[in-house]
Amino acid sequence: MSTLVQVNQVSKIYYRGTIEIPVLQNLSLDVPEGEFMALMGPSGSGKTTLLNLISGIDRPTSGSIVIAGTDIAKLNETQLAKWRSQNIGFIFQFYNLIPVLTAYENVELPLELTNLSKKEKKQRVEGVLNIVGLSDRMDHYPKQLSGGQQQRVAIARAIVTDPTLIIGDEPTGDLDRKSAEEILNLMDRLNKEFKKTIVMVTHDPHAAQKAHLTRHLEKGELMINGDGK
Amino acid sequence: MKVIKLISKNVFRHKLRSILTIFGIAIAVMAFGLLRTVVTAWNAGVDASSSNRLISRHAVSFIFPLPYSYRDQLQKIPGVTGVSFANWFQGKYKDNSPDNFFARYAVDAETFMELYPEYILPNEQLATFKQQRNSCIVGKKIADKNNLKVGDIMTFEGDIYPGSYDFTVAGIYVGKDKTIDETQLFFHWSYLDERMKDVAGYGSGNVGWYIINIDDPKASASVSESIDAMYVNSTAKTKTETEKAFQQSFVSLSSAILVSLEVISYVIIGIILLVLANTMIMSARERIREYAVLKTLGFTGSTIAILIIGESLAISIAGGAVGLALTFPLANGFGNAFPTIFPVFQVLPSTILLMAGFALLVGLAASVFPSWKSSRISIVEGLRQIG
Repeated sequence: MSTLVQVNQVSKIYYRGTIEIPVLQNLSLDVPEGEFMALMGPSGSGKTTLLNLISGIDRPTSGSIVIAGTDIAKLNETQLAKWRSQNIGFIFQFYNLIPVLTAYENVELPLELTNLSKKEKKQRVEGVLNIVGLSDRMDHYPKQLSGGQQQRVAIARAIVTDPTLIIGDEPTGDLDRKSAEEILNLMDRLNKEFKKTIVMVTHDPHAAQKAHLTRHLEKGELMINGDGK
Repeated sequence: MKVIKLISKNVFRHKLRSILTIFGIAIAVMAFGLLRTVVTAWNAGVDASSSNRLISRHAVSFIFPLPYSYRDQLQKIPGVTGVSFANWFQGKYKDNSPDNFFARYAVDAETFMELYPEYILPNEQLATFKQQRNSCIVGKKIADKNNLKVGDIMTFEGDIYPGSYDFTVAGIYVGKDKTIDETQLFFHWSYLDERMKDVAGYGSGNVGWYIINIDDPKASASVSESIDAMYVNSTAKTKTETEKAFQQSFVSLSSAILVSLEVISYVIIGIILLVLANTMIMSARERIREYAVLKTLGFTGSTIAILIIGESLAISIAGGAVGLALTFPLANGFGNAFPTIFPVFQVLPSTILLMAGFALLVGLAASVFPSWKSSRISIVEGLRQIG
C-alpha cells in the first residue's frame, strides 16, 4: 500500500500568554492508503492535536504534513479550506450537526462547495444516507434522532464528498455500547467496502480493536509502532 | 441547501427573541417616522410657500397694521404682477376649545384666490364668494369636520375685532395636493373694514400684510428692497421678504422643540441599533461551534460573515417593513386627532426613504462586529466551545 499521510518531524507548541506548552515533539507518522488506524493515548497526550493537524484545521509549529502529495502546512487559509472540502471527511465526538437543518440538508451541506448539479447532489445525499441506513429519516431534524442516528448522519456528511481521508475524533465517545458498535461496524464497512482511509482517535480499547493499526501517543510522542490487533 | 435557506432558518431559531427584536425595530422605525412627520408637518407652511410671492408686513412687528393705501403704490413697482392683502381675524367659533380653532383671515376677495392657485375652488363658488360680502370660503377639512355645505351659516364671536359675525359658506376649497392646508377660512376684508367703521369706530383702513406676486423669483431681493425703500420714511415702515422666509419666521419660534424632536428620532435609531447588535452578538456567540464546523467542512470566513450579515439584515428589514406599515395608519390617526395643529400631516416619500434606509443601516451596522469576529474564529477554538 502507498503512503497517504506523511507526518514528518512535526512539533506543535501552544502559547498561553508567554508560557509555551509543547504538545507534540518531532513526531513522525505514516498512514498507508486504505488503512484504518486508531490513535490512542491518555488525555493530554496530543492525539486530538495530531488529528487536527492531519485534517488541516490546525497548523504545526514545525515540520511538514504531506497528504496525497500535498504539503498542507504550506497552504494559505483559503487554499486549506478548499483542500479540506475536497479531501477530508470529519466525524466529531458530539456529531456537530446543524440543528436547524434536516438530516438531508446536513448531509447536503458540504456539496454546496462543489459544482455538482442539483440532481447529482440529490443522488449523492440519498446514496450516503442509504449506506448509513437512514433513508427513512432524511427529513428529520437532529433533535428528532437518537445519538447513534445523529452520528450516522455525521458519517454520511463526512463521506458525501467522497473524501481522500476520513478523520474520526472519538466518534463513539458519546454513544452507548450498542450504538457505538453500529458506528464502528459502519466505519469498518467504509474501510473495507469503499476502501476509505480512516484515522480515528479513541480512548476505548474495544473501538481501537476495530482498527487494523493502532498507534499510542504519550506526552506528545509516539510510544510504539505496534499493530493494534 | 442554500445560504439563504440557512439564514432564514437561523432568523427563527429563537422565535421569541427574533419576534421581540423585529417588534422593537418596528416600534423604533415607526417612532422615527412619526417624529420626522411631526417636524415636516411643522414646516409644511414653509415647504408649501411659493417662490413667486413676497410678504410685506410692518417693520416693527407683525401685529402692527399697514395702510390700505399702500396697495396702489405696490402695484406700480416694476416686477410686481399682482397685489393682495389679508388680516388675521381669529375670533371664536362655537367655543374656545382648541378643537374648534382654525386659521381665519379677512382677505381681499377680488384678488386673494388669484394669488393662491394652490387652493382649488369651483368657478361658480368663487363668483358667489366675490358677490356676497358676508360670505366665506372654508377648507375641505374644516367643512368635513363641521358638516358644513355651501349655503350654511358660520357664526363667530370676534375678539380682536369685536362683535358677532355671520358668514355664509360660499365655497369649499381643496388643496392641489396633500401638502396644502385645508383648515383655513377666508372672508371679505371689506366686510370686516365696514364693521370696524360702524361698530368699533376704529381700526378701519388697515390691512395685516400684503401679498405681492412677482414675475421672477430671482428678483425677490431687489423688489423687496424697492418696497421697503419706498416706505423707509413713513410712519408704517415695511419689512418685505419671501413667503418662505415669512413662514420660516413663525416656525423658527419653535425651532428648539423641532431640533429636540429630530435629535430624539436619531437617538431612537441609535438605541435600536444597540438592541439588534446585542441580539446578533448573542446569536453569533451561541453558534461559534457551528461556525467552526462549517469551516471544518471547507466554508470560508466570508460565508460565516454572510450568514450573520444576512440574518441581521433579515431581522432589520422585517422590523422596518412592519414599522413602515404601522406608520401610515398611526400618522393618519394622529393627523385626524390634531387637524388644526397639524393641518398637513402626511408621511413624505423622503421620510419613507429615511425609515427604510435606517432599517437597512441598522441591520448592517449591527452585524459588523459579530460577523468580523466570527469569520476570524479559529476552528480548534470554536470546536472547544460548549453549547
